[in-house]
Amino acid sequence: MSINATLIGQMITFALLVWFTMKYIWPPLFDSLEERKKKIADGLAAAEKGQEQMHLAEKKATGVLKQAKEQSSEIVNLAQKRATEIVEASKDTAKKEGDRLILVAKAQIEQEKQQAKEGLRKEVAALALRAAEQILSAEIDKTKHQDILSKISNQLG
Amino acid sequence: MATEVHAAEGATGYIIHHLTPLTVGEGFWALNLDTLFFSAVLGGLFVWFFKMAADKATAGVPGLVQNFAEMLIEFVDNQVKDSFHGKNELIAPLALTIFCWVFLWNFMDLFPVDILPLVGSLMGIEYLRVVPSTDLNATFAMSISVFCLIIFYSIKIKGPWGFAKELMFQPFGPWLLPFNLLLKLVEEIAKPISLALRLFGNLYAGELIFILIALLPWYIQPVLSFPWAIFHILIITLQAFIFMVLTIVYLGMAHEDH
Repeated sequence: MSINATLIGQMITFALLVWFTMKYIWPPLFDSLEERKKKIADGLAAAEKGQEQMHLAEKKATGVLKQAKEQSSEIVNLAQKRATEIVEASKDTAKKEGDRLILVAKAQIEQEKQQAKEGLRKEVAALALRAAEQILSAEIDKTKHQDILSKISNQLG
Repeated sequence: MATEVHAAEGATGYIIHHLTPLTVGEGFWALNLDTLFFSAVLGGLFVWFFKMAADKATAGVPGLVQNFAEMLIEFVDNQVKDSFHGKNELIAPLALTIFCWVFLWNFMDLFPVDILPLVGSLMGIEYLRVVPSTDLNATFAMSISVFCLIIFYSIKIKGPWGFAKELMFQPFGPWLLPFNLLLKLVEEIAKPISLALRLFGNLYAGELIFILIALLPWYIQPVLSFPWAIFHILIITLQAFIFMVLTIVYLGMAHEDH
Protein backbone atom coordinates (compact mmCIF):
# COMPACT_ATOMS: atom_id res chain seq x y z
CA MET A 1 0.00 0.00 0.00
CA SER A 2 2.97 2.26 -0.31
CA ILE A 3 3.98 4.64 -3.03
CA ASN A 4 7.02 3.38 -4.88
CA ALA A 5 8.76 3.54 -8.25
CA THR A 6 5.69 2.00 -9.90
CA LEU A 7 4.41 5.57 -9.89
CA ILE A 8 7.15 6.63 -12.27
CA GLY A 9 6.61 3.65 -14.52
CA GLN A 10 2.92 4.36 -14.66
CA MET A 11 3.51 8.03 -15.46
CA ILE A 12 5.76 7.09 -18.36
CA THR A 13 3.18 4.61 -19.67
CA PHE A 14 0.48 7.24 -19.34
CA ALA A 15 2.53 9.83 -21.18
CA LEU A 16 3.23 7.37 -23.99
CA LEU A 17 -0.44 6.45 -24.29
CA VAL A 18 -1.53 10.08 -24.38
CA TRP A 19 1.11 10.92 -26.97
CA PHE A 20 0.09 7.98 -29.15
CA THR A 21 -3.59 8.83 -28.89
CA MET A 22 -2.94 12.45 -29.73
CA LYS A 23 -0.72 11.63 -32.66
CA TYR A 24 -2.25 8.58 -34.32
CA ILE A 25 -5.71 7.93 -32.96
CA TRP A 26 -7.62 11.11 -32.36
CA PRO A 27 -6.95 13.02 -35.61
CA PRO A 28 -7.99 10.37 -38.18
CA LEU A 29 -11.10 9.33 -36.28
CA PHE A 30 -12.14 12.87 -35.54
CA ASP A 31 -11.51 13.96 -39.11
CA SER A 32 -13.57 11.13 -40.50
CA LEU A 33 -16.37 12.14 -38.14
CA GLU A 34 -16.20 15.76 -39.26
CA GLU A 35 -16.03 14.75 -42.88
CA ARG A 36 -19.06 12.54 -42.54
CA LYS A 37 -20.91 15.35 -40.81
CA LYS A 38 -20.10 17.62 -43.71
CA LYS A 39 -21.10 14.96 -46.22
CA ILE A 40 -24.44 14.48 -44.55
CA ALA A 41 -25.04 18.21 -44.38
CA ASP A 42 -24.15 18.53 -48.06
CA GLY A 43 -26.43 15.65 -48.91
CA LEU A 44 -29.31 17.20 -47.04
CA ALA A 45 -28.73 20.54 -48.74
CA ALA A 46 -28.61 18.83 -52.13
CA ALA A 47 -31.82 16.98 -51.37
CA GLU A 48 -33.52 20.22 -50.41
CA LYS A 49 -32.28 21.88 -53.56
CA GLY A 50 -33.49 18.96 -55.64
CA GLN A 51 -36.91 19.21 -54.09
CA GLU A 52 -37.05 22.90 -54.78
CA GLN A 53 -36.06 22.29 -58.37
CA MET A 54 -38.69 19.62 -58.65
CA HIS A 55 -41.31 22.09 -57.41
CA LEU A 56 -40.16 24.62 -59.97
CA ALA A 57 -40.29 22.02 -62.74
CA GLU A 58 -43.75 20.98 -61.64
CA LYS A 59 -44.92 24.57 -61.77
CA LYS A 60 -43.37 25.00 -65.19
CA ALA A 61 -44.96 21.79 -66.42
CA THR A 62 -48.40 22.91 -65.28
CA GLY A 63 -47.85 26.21 -67.05
CA VAL A 64 -46.84 24.49 -70.26
CA LEU A 65 -49.77 22.11 -70.01
CA LYS A 66 -52.20 24.96 -69.51
CA GLN A 67 -50.76 26.80 -72.46
CA ALA A 68 -50.98 23.70 -74.61
CA LYS A 69 -54.61 23.22 -73.62
CA GLU A 70 -55.39 26.80 -74.50
CA GLN A 71 -53.63 26.46 -77.79
CA SER A 72 -55.41 23.25 -78.66
CA SER A 73 -58.83 24.66 -77.84
CA GLU A 74 -57.99 27.66 -79.95
CA ILE A 75 -57.02 25.39 -82.80
CA VAL A 76 -60.22 23.40 -82.41
CA ASN A 77 -62.27 26.59 -82.45
CA LEU A 78 -60.50 27.81 -85.52
CA ALA A 79 -61.03 24.49 -87.27
CA GLN A 80 -64.69 24.51 -86.39
CA LYS A 81 -65.07 28.00 -87.70
CA ARG A 82 -63.26 27.09 -90.86
CA ALA A 83 -65.42 24.01 -91.29
CA THR A 84 -68.61 25.98 -91.02
CA GLU A 85 -67.19 28.47 -93.44
CA ILE A 86 -66.39 25.71 -95.88
CA VAL A 87 -69.83 24.21 -95.47
CA GLU A 88 -71.44 27.58 -96.04
CA ALA A 89 -69.31 28.20 -99.06
CA SER A 90 -70.06 24.81 -100.57
CA LYS A 91 -73.76 25.36 -99.91
CA ASP A 92 -73.53 28.61 -101.80
CA THR A 93 -71.70 27.10 -104.73
CA ALA A 94 -74.11 24.19 -104.81
CA LYS A 95 -77.04 26.54 -104.90
CA LYS A 96 -75.48 28.59 -107.65
CA GLU A 97 -74.67 25.48 -109.61
CA GLY A 98 -78.19 24.24 -109.19
CA ASP A 99 -79.61 27.56 -110.38
CA ARG A 100 -77.30 27.49 -113.35
CA LEU A 101 -78.30 23.92 -114.20
CA ILE A 102 -81.95 24.88 -113.96
CA LEU A 103 -81.36 27.83 -116.26
CA VAL A 104 -79.53 25.65 -118.77
CA ALA A 105 -82.28 23.06 -118.64
CA LYS A 106 -84.90 25.72 -119.09
CA ALA A 107 -83.08 27.10 -122.12
CA GLN A 108 -82.76 23.64 -123.57
CA ILE A 109 -86.41 22.97 -123.00
CA GLU A 110 -87.26 26.27 -124.68
CA GLN A 111 -85.04 25.38 -127.62
CA GLU A 112 -86.55 21.96 -127.97
CA LYS A 113 -89.98 23.48 -127.74
CA GLN A 114 -89.12 25.87 -130.55
CA GLN A 115 -87.77 23.02 -132.63
CA ALA A 116 -90.86 20.99 -132.00
CA LYS A 117 -93.01 23.93 -132.87
CA GLU A 118 -91.07 24.42 -136.10
CA GLY A 119 -91.38 20.74 -136.93
CA LEU A 120 -95.10 20.74 -136.23
CA ARG A 121 -95.60 23.86 -138.26
CA LYS A 122 -93.79 22.33 -141.21
CA GLU A 123 -95.82 19.16 -140.94
CA VAL A 124 -99.07 21.09 -140.70
CA ALA A 125 -98.05 23.10 -143.72
CA ALA A 126 -97.22 19.95 -145.63
CA LEU A 127 -100.49 18.37 -144.54
CA ALA A 128 -102.42 21.46 -145.51
CA LEU A 129 -100.59 21.55 -148.78
CA ARG A 130 -101.27 17.94 -149.45
CA ALA A 131 -104.92 18.40 -148.57
CA ALA A 132 -105.16 21.44 -150.71
CA GLU A 133 -103.31 19.57 -153.39
CA GLN A 134 -105.76 16.72 -153.29
CA ILE A 135 -108.71 19.10 -153.31
CA LEU A 136 -107.30 21.16 -156.05
CA SER A 137 -105.74 18.39 -158.10
CA ALA A 138 -109.01 17.76 -159.69
CA GLU A 139 -109.75 21.34 -160.51
CA ILE A 140 -106.51 23.16 -160.67
CA ASP A 141 -103.82 22.68 -163.12
CA LYS A 142 -100.62 22.32 -161.30
CA THR A 143 -98.64 24.18 -163.79
CA LYS A 144 -101.16 27.05 -164.09
CA HIS A 145 -101.24 27.82 -160.47
CA GLN A 146 -97.63 27.19 -159.68
CA ASP A 147 -97.08 30.73 -158.56
CA ILE A 148 -99.91 30.73 -156.06
CA LEU A 149 -98.86 27.36 -154.66
CA SER A 150 -95.29 28.29 -154.05
CA LYS A 151 -96.44 31.58 -152.50
CA ILE A 152 -98.65 29.73 -150.01
CA SER A 153 -95.93 27.21 -149.36
CA ASN A 154 -93.58 30.00 -148.57
CA GLN A 155 -96.04 31.63 -146.28
CA LEU A 156 -96.58 28.40 -144.38
CA GLY A 157 -92.88 27.47 -144.22
CA MET B 1 0.90 -23.09 -3.25
CA ALA B 2 0.30 -19.58 -2.06
CA THR B 3 -3.44 -19.82 -1.54
CA GLU B 4 -2.94 -22.85 0.63
CA VAL B 5 -0.33 -21.07 2.68
CA HIS B 6 -2.75 -18.26 3.41
CA ALA B 7 -5.72 -20.54 3.75
CA ALA B 8 -4.19 -21.62 7.01
CA GLU B 9 -4.40 -18.03 8.25
CA GLY B 10 -8.14 -17.91 7.59
CA ALA B 11 -10.20 -15.14 6.03
CA THR B 12 -7.80 -12.31 6.90
CA GLY B 13 -4.97 -14.11 5.23
CA TYR B 14 -7.07 -14.69 2.11
CA ILE B 15 -7.95 -11.00 1.88
CA ILE B 16 -4.44 -9.78 2.51
CA HIS B 17 -3.11 -12.20 -0.04
CA HIS B 18 -5.50 -10.89 -2.68
CA LEU B 19 -4.57 -7.31 -2.01
CA THR B 20 -0.80 -7.78 -1.94
CA PRO B 21 0.93 -6.75 -5.14
CA LEU B 22 3.65 -8.69 -6.88
CA THR B 23 6.70 -6.64 -6.02
CA VAL B 24 10.36 -6.65 -6.88
CA GLY B 25 12.93 -4.47 -5.19
CA GLU B 26 12.99 -2.76 -1.84
CA GLY B 27 11.79 0.55 -0.42
CA PHE B 28 10.88 3.31 -2.82
CA TRP B 29 12.54 1.66 -5.77
CA ALA B 30 10.31 -1.36 -5.53
CA LEU B 31 8.15 -2.02 -8.59
CA ASN B 32 4.65 -3.44 -8.56
CA LEU B 33 5.04 -5.74 -11.52
CA ASP B 34 1.37 -6.72 -11.68
CA THR B 35 0.20 -3.10 -11.84
CA LEU B 36 2.77 -2.25 -14.48
CA PHE B 37 2.01 -5.36 -16.50
CA PHE B 38 -1.76 -5.18 -16.47
CA SER B 39 -1.96 -1.45 -17.06
CA ALA B 40 0.48 -1.75 -19.94
CA VAL B 41 -1.47 -4.64 -21.46
CA LEU B 42 -4.75 -2.76 -21.07
CA GLY B 43 -3.19 0.40 -22.49
CA GLY B 44 -1.94 -1.69 -25.40
CA LEU B 45 -5.43 -3.10 -25.88
CA PHE B 46 -6.91 0.40 -25.96
CA VAL B 47 -4.29 1.70 -28.39
CA TRP B 48 -4.57 -1.39 -30.60
CA PHE B 49 -8.33 -1.18 -30.85
CA PHE B 50 -8.42 2.50 -31.62
CA LYS B 51 -5.49 2.31 -34.01
CA MET B 52 -7.36 -0.38 -35.90
CA ALA B 53 -10.38 1.89 -36.09
CA ALA B 54 -8.26 4.89 -37.06
CA ASP B 55 -6.48 3.01 -39.84
CA LYS B 56 -9.75 1.98 -41.39
CA ALA B 57 -11.47 5.29 -40.69
CA THR B 58 -13.63 6.44 -43.54
CA ALA B 59 -16.16 9.20 -43.94
CA GLY B 60 -18.45 6.70 -45.64
CA VAL B 61 -20.44 4.03 -43.88
CA PRO B 62 -18.43 3.05 -40.77
CA GLY B 63 -17.79 -0.53 -39.76
CA LEU B 64 -18.54 -1.98 -36.35
CA VAL B 65 -15.13 -1.13 -34.86
CA GLN B 66 -15.12 2.38 -36.27
CA ASN B 67 -18.67 2.92 -35.12
CA PHE B 68 -17.79 2.05 -31.56
CA ALA B 69 -14.60 4.13 -31.62
CA GLU B 70 -16.48 7.08 -33.07
CA MET B 71 -19.17 6.77 -30.44
CA LEU B 72 -16.50 7.16 -27.75
CA ILE B 73 -14.74 9.94 -29.64
CA GLU B 74 -17.97 11.86 -30.03
CA PHE B 75 -18.88 11.31 -26.39
CA VAL B 76 -15.49 12.57 -25.19
CA ASP B 77 -15.57 15.43 -27.65
CA ASN B 78 -18.96 16.56 -26.34
CA GLN B 79 -17.67 16.48 -22.78
CA VAL B 80 -14.65 18.55 -23.78
CA LYS B 81 -16.79 21.05 -25.67
CA ASP B 82 -19.13 21.36 -22.70
CA SER B 83 -16.53 22.22 -20.09
CA PHE B 84 -13.46 23.40 -21.95
CA HIS B 85 -13.63 26.59 -23.98
CA GLY B 86 -10.02 27.20 -24.93
CA LYS B 87 -8.23 25.77 -27.92
CA ASN B 88 -5.97 22.87 -27.12
CA GLU B 89 -5.02 19.87 -29.22
CA LEU B 90 -4.10 17.83 -26.17
CA ILE B 91 -7.23 17.92 -24.03
CA ALA B 92 -9.53 15.71 -26.06
CA PRO B 93 -7.04 12.87 -26.73
CA LEU B 94 -5.96 13.10 -23.09
CA ALA B 95 -9.56 12.78 -21.95
CA LEU B 96 -10.15 9.83 -24.28
CA THR B 97 -7.04 8.07 -23.03
CA ILE B 98 -7.99 8.63 -19.40
CA PHE B 99 -11.54 7.44 -19.89
CA CYS B 100 -10.65 4.28 -21.77
CA TRP B 101 -7.61 3.39 -19.73
CA VAL B 102 -9.29 3.89 -16.38
CA PHE B 103 -12.34 2.02 -17.60
CA LEU B 104 -10.20 -0.94 -18.64
CA TRP B 105 -8.35 -0.86 -15.32
CA ASN B 106 -11.63 -0.91 -13.47
CA PHE B 107 -13.01 -3.58 -15.75
CA MET B 108 -10.42 -6.02 -14.41
CA ASP B 109 -12.48 -5.85 -11.23
CA LEU B 110 -15.27 -7.81 -12.92
CA PHE B 111 -13.12 -10.89 -13.44
CA PRO B 112 -13.78 -13.44 -10.71
CA VAL B 113 -11.33 -12.60 -7.92
CA ASP B 114 -9.61 -15.97 -7.88
CA ILE B 115 -9.23 -16.73 -11.58
CA LEU B 116 -6.19 -14.70 -12.56
CA PRO B 117 -4.32 -15.27 -9.25
CA LEU B 118 -4.97 -18.98 -9.74
CA VAL B 119 -3.51 -18.86 -13.25
CA GLY B 120 -0.61 -16.88 -11.79
CA SER B 121 -0.01 -19.40 -9.02
CA LEU B 122 0.03 -22.19 -11.58
CA MET B 123 2.83 -20.29 -13.33
CA GLY B 124 4.63 -19.87 -10.02
CA ILE B 125 3.63 -16.29 -9.32
CA GLU B 126 2.84 -15.98 -5.65
CA TYR B 127 1.00 -12.66 -5.50
CA LEU B 128 -1.14 -11.13 -8.20
CA ARG B 129 -3.34 -8.06 -7.87
CA VAL B 130 -5.04 -7.69 -11.23
CA VAL B 131 -6.90 -4.38 -10.88
CA PRO B 132 -4.43 -1.53 -11.49
CA SER B 133 -6.78 1.06 -10.01
CA THR B 134 -6.56 -0.68 -6.62
CA ASP B 135 -2.91 0.40 -6.63
CA LEU B 136 -2.33 3.93 -5.36
CA ASN B 137 0.71 4.16 -7.63
CA ALA B 138 -1.44 3.84 -10.72
CA THR B 139 -4.09 6.36 -9.70
CA PHE B 140 -1.52 8.82 -8.37
CA ALA B 141 0.61 8.47 -11.49
CA MET B 142 -2.32 9.58 -13.55
CA SER B 143 -3.49 12.36 -11.25
CA ILE B 144 0.04 13.74 -10.81
CA SER B 145 0.47 13.77 -14.57
CA VAL B 146 -2.77 15.73 -14.82
CA PHE B 147 -1.57 18.02 -12.03
CA CYS B 148 1.65 18.71 -13.93
CA LEU B 149 -0.42 19.61 -16.99
CA ILE B 150 -2.57 21.94 -14.87
CA ILE B 151 0.49 23.78 -13.59
CA PHE B 152 2.08 23.80 -17.05
CA TYR B 153 -0.95 25.29 -18.75
CA SER B 154 -1.64 27.73 -15.90
CA ILE B 155 1.84 29.17 -16.36
CA LYS B 156 1.71 28.97 -20.14
CA ILE B 157 -1.64 30.73 -20.52
CA LYS B 158 -1.50 33.22 -17.64
CA GLY B 159 2.26 33.72 -17.59
CA PRO B 160 4.36 33.05 -14.49
CA TRP B 161 3.42 36.40 -12.98
CA GLY B 162 -0.25 36.01 -13.83
CA PHE B 163 -0.35 32.60 -12.20
CA ALA B 164 1.50 33.89 -9.13
CA LYS B 165 -0.90 36.82 -8.91
CA GLU B 166 -3.84 34.45 -9.03
CA LEU B 167 -2.32 32.40 -6.23
CA MET B 168 -1.63 35.42 -4.07
CA PHE B 169 -4.43 37.92 -4.67
CA GLN B 170 -7.49 35.74 -5.07
CA PRO B 171 -10.08 35.37 -3.79
CA PHE B 172 -9.77 38.03 -1.07
CA GLY B 173 -7.50 40.71 -2.53
CA PRO B 174 -3.90 41.72 -1.74
CA TRP B 175 -4.49 42.51 1.97
CA LEU B 176 -5.02 38.87 2.82
CA LEU B 177 -2.10 37.57 0.77
CA PRO B 178 -0.86 34.73 3.04
CA PHE B 179 -4.37 33.51 3.56
CA ASN B 180 -5.04 33.60 -0.20
CA LEU B 181 -1.85 31.73 -0.91
CA LEU B 182 -2.64 29.03 1.62
CA LEU B 183 -6.18 28.64 0.31
CA LYS B 184 -5.04 28.43 -3.31
CA LEU B 185 -2.26 25.97 -2.57
CA VAL B 186 -4.63 23.70 -0.72
CA GLU B 187 -7.10 24.02 -3.57
CA GLU B 188 -4.51 23.12 -6.18
CA ILE B 189 -2.97 20.24 -4.25
CA ALA B 190 -6.37 18.87 -3.38
CA LYS B 191 -7.03 18.31 -7.07
CA PRO B 192 -4.60 15.44 -7.75
CA ILE B 193 -5.12 13.94 -4.32
CA SER B 194 -8.90 13.85 -4.63
CA LEU B 195 -8.67 12.51 -8.17
CA ALA B 196 -6.37 9.67 -7.19
CA LEU B 197 -8.00 8.78 -3.89
CA ARG B 198 -11.54 8.81 -5.29
CA LEU B 199 -10.70 6.29 -7.98
CA PHE B 200 -8.53 4.20 -5.68
CA GLY B 201 -11.06 4.18 -2.85
CA ASN B 202 -13.98 3.16 -5.00
CA LEU B 203 -12.19 0.35 -6.73
CA TYR B 204 -10.36 -0.88 -3.64
CA ALA B 205 -13.61 -1.07 -1.73
CA GLY B 206 -15.35 -2.74 -4.64
CA GLU B 207 -12.63 -5.33 -4.94
CA LEU B 208 -12.69 -5.90 -1.20
CA ILE B 209 -16.39 -6.64 -1.31
CA PHE B 210 -15.87 -9.11 -4.15
CA ILE B 211 -13.22 -10.83 -2.03
CA LEU B 212 -15.53 -10.91 0.98
CA ILE B 213 -18.30 -12.42 -1.12
CA ALA B 214 -15.81 -15.00 -2.36
CA LEU B 215 -15.26 -16.05 1.25
CA LEU B 216 -18.92 -17.01 1.69
CA PRO B 217 -20.27 -20.53 0.98
CA TRP B 218 -20.60 -21.18 -2.74
CA TYR B 219 -24.44 -21.30 -2.74
CA ILE B 220 -24.68 -17.75 -1.35
CA GLN B 221 -22.01 -16.23 -3.57
CA PRO B 222 -24.06 -15.83 -6.80
CA VAL B 223 -26.92 -14.12 -4.95
CA LEU B 224 -24.55 -11.42 -3.73
CA SER B 225 -21.86 -11.21 -6.37
CA PHE B 226 -24.30 -11.03 -9.28
CA PRO B 227 -26.07 -7.84 -8.14
CA TRP B 228 -22.79 -6.38 -6.94
CA ALA B 229 -21.20 -7.04 -10.33
CA ILE B 230 -24.15 -5.41 -12.10
CA PHE B 231 -23.86 -2.44 -9.79
CA HIS B 232 -20.14 -2.40 -10.39
CA ILE B 233 -20.61 -2.00 -14.14
CA LEU B 234 -22.12 1.37 -13.26
CA ILE B 235 -19.36 2.20 -10.77
CA ILE B 236 -16.43 1.45 -13.05
CA THR B 237 -17.90 3.51 -15.87
CA LEU B 238 -18.84 6.31 -13.54
CA GLN B 239 -15.37 6.46 -11.97
CA ALA B 240 -13.71 6.55 -15.38
CA PHE B 241 -16.14 9.25 -16.43
CA ILE B 242 -15.56 11.33 -13.28
CA PHE B 243 -11.79 11.16 -13.67
CA MET B 244 -12.10 12.29 -17.26
CA VAL B 245 -14.58 15.11 -16.65
CA LEU B 246 -12.65 16.49 -13.67
CA THR B 247 -9.45 16.46 -15.71
CA ILE B 248 -11.19 18.46 -18.42
CA VAL B 249 -12.67 20.87 -15.88
CA TYR B 250 -9.35 21.40 -14.10
CA LEU B 251 -7.52 22.02 -17.36
CA GLY B 252 -10.32 24.33 -18.43
CA MET B 253 -9.82 26.33 -15.23
CA ALA B 254 -6.09 26.46 -15.94
CA HIS B 255 -6.91 28.02 -19.31
CA GLU B 256 -9.19 30.71 -17.93
CA ASP B 257 -7.47 34.04 -17.59
CA HIS B 258 -8.93 36.29 -14.95
